[in-house]
Amino acid sequence: MCGATEGGLSLDGIDVKKEAIVQGQVVRDGSPVGNAYVRLLDRTGEFTAEVPTSATGHFRFFAGDGEWTLRTLAPKADPVDKRVIAATGSIAEVVVAI
Amino acid sequence: MTRENSLVSAQWVEEHLDDPKVVLVEVDEDTTAYDKGHIRGAIKLDWTTDLQDQVRRDFVNKQQFEALLSGRGVANDDTVVLYGGNNNWFAAYAYWYFKLYGHQDVKLLDGGRKKWELDSRELTDELPTRAETSYTAQEQDTSIRAFRDETVEAIGVKNLVDVRSPDEYAGRLLAPAHLPQEQAQRAGHIPTAANVPWSKAANDDGTFKSDEELKEIYTEAGVDWSKDTIAYCRIGERSSHTWFVLKELLGQENVKNYDGSWTEYGSLVGVPVVLGDEAGEA
Repeated sequence: MCGATEGGLSLDGIDVKKEAIVQGQVVRDGSPVGNAYVRLLDRTGEFTAEVPTSATGHFRFFAGDGEWTLRTLAPKADPVDKRVIAATGSIAEVVVAI
Repeated sequence: MTRENSLVSAQWVEEHLDDPKVVLVEVDEDTTAYDKGHIRGAIKLDWTTDLQDQVRRDFVNKQQFEALLSGRGVANDDTVVLYGGNNNWFAAYAYWYFKLYGHQDVKLLDGGRKKWELDSRELTDELPTRAETSYTAQEQDTSIRAFRDETVEAIGVKNLVDVRSPDEYAGRLLAPAHLPQEQAQRAGHIPTAANVPWSKAANDDGTFKSDEELKEIYTEAGVDWSKDTIAYCRIGERSSHTWFVLKELLGQENVKNYDGSWTEYGSLVGVPVVLGDEAGEA
């Protein structure tokens, strides 16, 4: 089984029905950013998790139902915040432009 | 301990890249991160294979730790500087582990790999060569390691600091949100534990906040500085980060890391568990 977006991270072995997935890609001028860090902040702004982007600029979180904020840090760029809604059984796709 | 002798800056590391008595060690949750690029001269420790017994759930024993460090070329009188991803979670875990086995001179690179990368400092895929040593470890210093029974006995008696995210503390998530959530253990936290997410101690770039800021964060969360403290998380790495803050940066006496953490406690039969955002009663 592979439910991942084309070019994104593999979801092999993950029961997507039980997860509230937030994933996406960090880009700069349309090109993937492989050395960025994406932080997941909860509805109160508290840090919940952080991942480095893959070589193709992709990232993924297994969140809970509700509203989250993605904060992206990258060399020579200002932090970028994006709000996202996660729901169990679905995949929220986010493109972050820095 | 103090900030001056337990923490070094990226600049300090850059100035000591060619110092043969300074051993840089990368430890990452993502054990492949080192292979994609690391600080020049750094060796790698894999926390899943090098630092864990491969049969029982426990650490490698003294002899195995000695063989590990001897083989990697670390000497007893070397200055070991640890760094890693995830804001130094696993580097702090390794720091605590080196202290557990009595290494004298060990430090953390403030901000770890993230700070290094955000500064656009150089990474290489060249593997260093270090001559084998004859490393001698001490017996485990259990004054910094808590086990499950003393953690249960600490409910309502000592400071218990749950350093996971608020959603994990409350039982809304079972694991950090970059990991799948399906887990065997129950959700929630240990009664009376204060929730002070490890991340409150760090700036966005992964460096530690000032001593004054740190003291205020834990005081506000209800940490009683006159009491002994046990920190825990899910598997003991994030709580190593908080152990480092309380013990090494703030110099608090009698701080232990409960490395069994929630994956052990949340699977125990018969222990009390609290759900929700309140600490709960003893």
